[in-house]
Amino acid sequence: MIGNLHLIIDVCLLAFLVLIVFAVMKVTNLFVATMLFGIFSFVTALLFLDLDAVDVAFTEAAVGAGFSTVLMLAALRLSGAVENAKHRHSALGLFIVVLTGAALIYGTSDFPNMGDANAPVQLHLAPEFIQLTQEKIDIPNVVTAVLASFRGYDTFGETVVIFSAGVAVLLLLGMGHVEPKNEPEQNMVLWVVVKPFIALILIFGLYVQFHGDFGAGGGFQAGVIFASGMILYSLVFGEGYARKVISSRILPRLAALGVLIYGVTGLASLLWDKPFLDYNALSSNPVSGQHMGILLVEAGVGLAVFATVLLIFYSFSGVNHNE
Amino acid sequence: MNELLGHFNYWIVIFLMMMGLYMVIASSNLIKKLIGISVFQASVFILYITFGKITEGSPPIIRDNVDVYSNPLPHVLILTAIVVGVATTSVGLALIVRIKEAYGSTDEDDIHDMDDNDDFHIKNNRSIT
Repeated sequence: MIGNLHLIIDVCLLAFLVLIVFAVMKVTNLFVATMLFGIFSFVTALLFLDLDAVDVAFTEAAVGAGFSTVLMLAALRLSGAVENAKHRHSALGLFIVVLTGAALIYGTSDFPNMGDANAPVQLHLAPEFIQLTQEKIDIPNVVTAVLASFRGYDTFGETVVIFSAGVAVLLLLGMGHVEPKNEPEQNMVLWVVVKPFIALILIFGLYVQFHGDFGAGGGFQAGVIFASGMILYSLVFGEGYARKVISSRILPRLAALGVLIYGVTGLASLLWDKPFLDYNALSSNPVSGQHMGILLVEAGVGLAVFATVLLIFYSFSGVNHNE
Repeated sequence: MNELLGHFNYWIVIFLMMMGLYMVIASSNLIKKLIGISVFQASVFILYITFGKITEGSPPIIRDNVDVYSNPLPHVLILTAIVVGVATTSVGLALIVRIKEAYGSTDEDDIHDMDDNDDFHIKNNRSIT
């Protein structure tokens, strides 16, 4: 059982999530469904915050509620199907779903109660991670330490997956070629509001990147936030102008460079006869070696995520101009 | 009562998961199906984060005067999974855009009809290549 206030918030947010998904299911208008799904992401982020997962909440708020909604809207524009989301009632489908759900609920009867400090999941690895982070890495944020150091292999794999997804989208849609119009659309209010806003977003992105060792944040969140700043610029001033600021040609290279920084940091430790991604080798003092390794790896992740996210956005926004 | 509230999160997670699955089965529109998959995915995220929570624990950022930290491992796994999730969703959306270009529709039923109708398929194959 978790603390009372936490529990009340938890129950309310989960109930809210169920309501939203029902609404998403029922509406036939895809635009409405997409916006509702954005709300779903925000509520999930709040739920993660309530369950102590601050880094995850941060990521969900930046990625789920920000980028994925923009992406779905771009796909909706291209597919043009807004009103024809027919809902078929499938008796067989309903039967399978109810059956699977019942089996899964039966399975949860063996689960330990939520918040149980003696549950099997709490007894292995986690205590060691928390203790070793203080002894060997000496940064406050345990999540960053586990992400970049203890499970560095895993994170390298994830970064490569994100890069591959970017390449796949590029192969499917291409980058298109967008010339800036002679004059950007005149909208004084938007311009005045958005310009300082973008500067703030970019500075915040840098803060999240470099403050990830101490508080919630890190390369994944920073990359998405930085890309969001550019996407906002592109939405307000037009794609052609955004591509003047950051050229579409350079993005695949930046994404590859990010993955390369990560990989080379790992290879560097091999030169000193240490295992791949063992940052102790990077400096004479193991703790400062860890700090440097985490900084480099997070920089690689941030660059790869930023470039891939923007690349995906450019691909979607450039499609119509292909013809 | 203890048992009921202790398992409440798991039940809602499974309920959300099954709603996502039903959306994939019952919606004929491809984008709606993708939203269903995303709901399914989000429910798994919530399950993992629920496992990580410890009563009276705090977020796993080391501070003075704190004894109990929630489990950081699920947080790491899900943090990366969210970003990977949106990257793979975008590949799905890109495929849908290409399907729309080739078939002129994002409705599963229409696409099956066109596939059954060979003349149409041959005629439109040109736009795929």
